[in-house]
Parts: sequence; structure tokens; C-alpha cells
Amino acid sequence: MNELKQICKEALTEKKARFIIAYREDKNKKTKPFIARTPEDAEQIIFNHQAVNNLAVYFPRFKNSGEGKIGIVVKSCDLKAVTALIQENQIKRDDLFIIGVNCSGVVRDTTMEFSNDNTQIKCKYCQAKTPPYYDELAEESKEFEMPDDDQAELMARIEKMSSDERLEFWSAEFEKCIKCYACRQVCPMCYCEKCIVEKSEPQWIDTSSTARGNFSWNIIRAFHMAGRCIGCHECERACPMDIPLTLLTRKMGMVASSEFGYRHGMSLTEPALIGTYSTSDKEDFIK
Amino acid sequence: MEEKFEPKIVAFVCNWCTYTGADLAGTSRLKQEANARLIRVPCTGRIDPVFIIKAFENGADGVLISGCHPGDCHYNAGNFHARRRWILFKNLLDFIGIDSSRLHFSWVSASEGKKWVDIVDDVIDTVRAKGPFKQYKKMNKEIEIPVDVEEGVSAK
Repeated sequence: MNELKQICKEALTEKKARFIIAYREDKNKKTKPFIARTPEDAEQIIFNHQAVNNLAVYFPRFKNSGEGKIGIVVKSCDLKAVTALIQENQIKRDDLFIIGVNCSGVVRDTTMEFSNDNTQIKCKYCQAKTPPYYDELAEESKEFEMPDDDQAELMARIEKMSSDERLEFWSAEFEKCIKCYACRQVCPMCYCEKCIVEKSEPQWIDTSSTARGNFSWNIIRAFHMAGRCIGCHECERACPMDIPLTLLTRKMGMVASSEFGYRHGMSLTEPALIGTYSTSDKEDFIK
Repeated sequence: MEEKFEPKIVAFVCNWCTYTGADLAGTSRLKQEANARLIRVPCTGRIDPVFIIKAFENGADGVLISGCHPGDCHYNAGNFHARRRWILFKNLLDFIGIDSSRLHFSWVSASEGKKWVDIVDDVIDTVRAKGPFKQYKKMNKEIEIPVDVEEGVSAK
């Protein structure tokens, strides 16, 4: 624990980073995102199982905000978001001071203690407990028991349904949506300055929370995430109505992987899936 | 007598190939069913998937998208970009429950008037067999002002 504080403190003292996006415990004893600007601030920095937030979501607001590197504390799942943002030219590797942390799993429900039942599904599929690249590394990696993947069961169930049943399932899920856009706000890959749902000439998507507007919004959100989602599962965690949003993005990730052999956020140099094309893409569905 | 269901098809066609191909079908006096409404776009690469959603929202029972054959794009690569997008979008809609009987894709060049007619007829038949897109129409109903047709006044 002291190691992470020490690294952050040094980085801020030696001006390796002008500030560090990290976690701290707030006055309600909750682990929350925090921006440390001075070496004294670094005293508050912590990392634990409750550090669920994907801090890469804060990058867009610091775009062109001044000279010097931005420091960030990242778990290996969050590092995929950082990589993806570099791939999509949103940020430069040279502008970042990455403090990687060895992660031993994060909780699904932040109000409860970390346990086997209270571990995020993404932890099961996390390929590296240690971030693949970093400037400094902190924390010890501890083994933990993998959670059951109840999402895979649901996915298999949906895949067995007929198309009308699927439509019924998703209509019922999307009907719950209250259009709070928490899924968008919390997503590190949703960085458009003006979201399509806010474009009003023409109004592409109904902004009111009607069945039709909800349906269109959720389809378009999922499409904009297709092959771009890095699987941090923040949208589903933030959703107040418990819509299984990651089911859609996970499915699209599977499609990107099976159709194009592509996984977003895995390589700093590979061009993004949608930004390029191949003359040998499949076209058996085109008449 | 029961009224026969006539599907509404929205066809997004590229200016350089399929639109010209459809024009050729017309000037060649080829017969085709009249259910498809053509929307001309500069290139298939211009078709944002939100257009397709919008078409369904506005009462389309099926959507047909057609453009230049790969390699023939007026802008060199527009249809390649589009094709990659369609693969993802088609799979997404399939997972959500809008299957491929409602969403069709084709390559029709400017000289393929006959192919265009065949494809349009085929799409119309497929969608007609599938029936009206009730689920999406139900969603539309919710936001319309309820009007009592018999009374001719607003029910609320």
C-alpha cells in the first residue's frame, strides 16, 4: 500500500506527472476517484478491491489542458481503455505517466465486501493481473477465486431463442431504460463532444424515455461500441435500471473477434477495427 | 374480405451504381413490385446504421441496402468501409431480434437493371412472408396522441 503512495508522491515531487488520477477513500469510507495534484494529496491515494472505476474516462476532459504528463493509476483492464484511446488518437502515450497496479479482482457490488460471489465477471476473463506495460508498478498480486460467469449462461439462452423471442427479451429490458445516459458518461470509449442523441437537426433518436426512443438509443449505443468495447463493464455497473448492457457489447466483441480476429485495446499500433477495412471481408450475406 | 398485407420497404441505394441500375430497370420497362421506396445516398459508406433504425421507426417492414460491387466504388473504398460496418450491425440486430429477413444487402451495378428487379421482388416476397413489423409499430403507438377514430376526438 505504501509503495503506491510512495510512487505517486515521487512522481508529483519530481514533476514526472502534473497530476495523478487515482483512488482515495472519501469521508463515507467509500473508494472513489480522486485527482492528486500535490505530493501531500498523494498521501490519500489507495487501491483495493473496491477500486472499480475505470479512470481512463477522465482523459477527454484534460485534452489540451496544458503542458506535462498526466499520471494515472490503472488496473490491467483499465489499461485496455488507455491503449484503445491511444489507438484512436485521443491521447498520446508520451503524454501519460502510467502507474500500473497488480489487481486481485474488484467487487461487483461496492456496498459489500470482496468475496467469490461479489467479484466482477470481467475478472474471470482478465488476461493479465499485471498490466502489460507501465512506467511504474505497484501493489502485490494475490490469487483469488474466479466467479461464476452467469452472463455466459444468459448469452447462451438468448442465442437459442427465436428472433421474435429475442426482440421481446430486449424490448422488455430496454423498456426499463430511463435515459439517464449513465452508461455513456461512465464509458471511457464514449468521448464524442456531441453525442448522436444530442443532435437535433434532425432528431435521430427520441430523447424522451419512450419504448421507441429507448430501443433506438440502446441499439445505436451498442453499435457505436461494436468492436470498440474494452470490457470494463462500467456501463452495466452504472446502470440504475440493471439493463444487461455488457451482454450487447460482449456479443459485439465476440463478433469482432470471430469475423475479424480483432480485439480492441490490445495493441498500441494496430489500427482500430472500424477505421480500416480489408478487401477480403466476408460478404456471404450480400446478394 | 381480408386485406392483403403490402410491406413497406425502404431501400437505401448508392447514387453511382444501384440508383442508376434501378433507373435502367425503369427505362428498360422491366416490371417490378412497387413496395420499395428508394432513398438515394452518395455512397453506401454514407449510410449510418441510424438511418436503418430511423426507417424501422417510421414504419418500414424491411430495409434494403444496395451499392456498387467491391472495387467499383466511385470513392474507391466507401463500400469496403460500409461492408465492415454492416457485418457488425447485422450481427447486432440479429442478436437483438431483428433478423435477416427484414434487413437485406446487395451489390447492384449501373448495368444490372434485371438483377435489381429480381432483388426487389425477392426482398418484398421475403418481408411479405414475414408479415408486418408489429413490434416496432407497437413502440410507435405509445408516443402517438391517442385518437378515438370512431368519435373523431382525442380519447384523453
